[in-house]
Amino acid sequence: MPEARVIPLHTDDLAARPKAVDDVGPLNGADPGADTANQDAGTAAAKDEPPAEWEAALADLLAFARRRILGDYQVDDFGFDADLTENIFIPLLRPLYKNWFRVETVGMHNVPDVGGALVVANHSGTVPLDALMTAVALYDDHPAKRHLRMLGADLLFRTPVLGSLARKSGNTLARNEDAERLLSSGELVGVWPEGFKGVGKPFADRYKLQRFGRGGFVSAALRTKTPIVPAAIVGAEEIYPKIGDLKPLARLLGLPYFPVTPTFPLLGPLGAVPLPSKWYIEFGEPIPTDEIEGDADDPLLVFNLTDQVRETIQQTLYRLLGQRRNAFLG
Amino acid sequence: MKQVPPSVVLVTGVSRFLPAQLASRLAAEPSIERVLGVDTVPPPRDLLRQLGRTELVRADIRNPHIAKVISSAGVDTVVHASLSANPVGSGGRSAMKEMNVIGTMQLLAACQRAESVQRLVLKSTAAVYGASSRDPALFTEAMTPKELPSGGYAKDAAEIEGYVRGFGRRRPDVSVTMLRFTNLIGPQIETVLTRYFALPVVPTVLGYDARVQLLHEQDAVQVLERATREELPGVFNVGGAGVLMLSQAIRRAGRLPFPVPDMAVGAVGRALRSARLADFSPGQVRFLNFGRVVDTTKLREEFGFTPRWGTVEAFDDYVSGRHLRPVIPPERVREAEQRLLTLAQTASEMREVPCQKRV
Repeated sequence: MPEARVIPLHTDDLAARPKAVDDVGPLNGADPGADTANQDAGTAAAKDEPPAEWEAALADLLAFARRRILGDYQVDDFGFDADLTENIFIPLLRPLYKNWFRVETVGMHNVPDVGGALVVANHSGTVPLDALMTAVALYDDHPAKRHLRMLGADLLFRTPVLGSLARKSGNTLARNEDAERLLSSGELVGVWPEGFKGVGKPFADRYKLQRFGRGGFVSAALRTKTPIVPAAIVGAEEIYPKIGDLKPLARLLGLPYFPVTPTFPLLGPLGAVPLPSKWYIEFGEPIPTDEIEGDADDPLLVFNLTDQVRETIQQTLYRLLGQRRNAFLG
Repeated sequence: MKQVPPSVVLVTGVSRFLPAQLASRLAAEPSIERVLGVDTVPPPRDLLRQLGRTELVRADIRNPHIAKVISSAGVDTVVHASLSANPVGSGGRSAMKEMNVIGTMQLLAACQRAESVQRLVLKSTAAVYGASSRDPALFTEAMTPKELPSGGYAKDAAEIEGYVRGFGRRRPDVSVTMLRFTNLIGPQIETVLTRYFALPVVPTVLGYDARVQLLHEQDAVQVLERATREELPGVFNVGGAGVLMLSQAIRRAGRLPFPVPDMAVGAVGRALRSARLADFSPGQVRFLNFGRVVDTTKLREEFGFTPRWGTVEAFDDYVSGRHLRPVIPPERVREAEQRLLTLAQTASEMREVPCQKRV
């Protein structure tokens, strides 16, 4: 979008959005001040910074506002709005990621810099913050600043506001067609195969992986010959310890469960504040699928591979938990 | 099937923009012997001038008379492009359905009898895929909707496609091309969407933002022309590359969005319809909720056509071609941006000087 380059100060543009590794170098090198100012201080220009930095940040902010007002941004076929994600969604989640959960990532090198890959992770926490934090991790802590395109539940897209926010932040419906389309176009796709069974499991069952769906994600990876990256997330189980479930209320609201946590609904809106557990996200060694004999329509192959991924994540979870001394201090 | 160029072409719905454009292009082609344009009403004068040597047949395709026209002229190529999405223009919903569905049945019955017919081109719509939250991100030709469209234009189109498929089975010697167009847009064409975006305040559904894929009117004409002149049987999605979010399109057109809660959409839709401003049928509302995007790989690779206009370019051409005056002019936005920036810079310079003095 060369027409978006109105202000000479503004260098971080959509067109320069780092997709490949080689894009990252010049972007950071050309204007390191503006870039870090934008990331660290978010969109708010801190007063104590040297003028050049906050000016650049302000220029970025104004350019962003102009693009939004004039509709001068690009959205992909899935409705993913990279401009909005990079400038609004991720900066909003960043304090939660950095200061509240103090997320530490391990094995980021296992996520490829370019090309399609399928990140498969455990799901937990009553509210799917683990998915959001993984997306922030892959954008902020991965050298290629990758966008995680997540596969979401039907319920998410049916809900007003949430559904359209989900599409804009790069999520799409968990369907094989969509997953394969994203993977074959070289996107990094995230999937939480446990679904609601995982995210809404009682606190007593924490870190016990639930059934991994029907293995649809494995056949999508097999068909597109993209590697599977198993990811283990530790810490998310403790954010909203689900000790009860108000089933009639859930049925009334059309939700899969209505959680009761030590603070919710007892403390009302205050109960919606997640407990500040310390998080670790470990990306395991990728499982290549391009050399696997047999095809994606062979159920036994799919089941075996699903089990292998599940087992890898479960073992990693146990190992990380063994190293952890305290859920809140790490 | 022989790859023969058409010699006698019959185009339905010639009083409207797209069929008229097609007829005028075919009429300009000397290798085509005759071009017959059928419609119940004569074309408006500006279209009439472009039609050239097209022979106008003022007939109702619902009438068996159409069979005589086809057989006596020895029509070999039928382009059925009269499918109407606009109940206001065609005299109410029941008249529209009558015209769309019964008209198609009569036309197909006539074609089935006529030995001369070799090729049938149907202008259909991507609305047959419906629009829901459970849809795949992109529809391919092989996909069918979760549930049949409940009413309106989309239902008509789905039924018409069914009849055309039936015709294809009964006359396997006829090459049948079905073109599923996404929403058409451009400086000249009149559609539900062009009227919608021309509203100064554009009603949208609160909490939803649809993905919209558009096709430029000129690309649509070219696709129809190619399907008429060459033998390309099959079903093809036709749409421009890329998508616009509904909110983004409203901003690009410089309109103001007016989010209406889901429950009130019906009432607003009725008000707009009675004021003859825009058509908000239930199908249209679902489209505004979720939108619809089709995969055009088959069009590019099998049909051999790549639309010249992408969705965004087509929309911008519509905005500039219609001279839509933005509520907030883009230059103003750019000026304001520059002014704020200079203001901030001078403010910071001014702040630095007194600060040092005070210290």
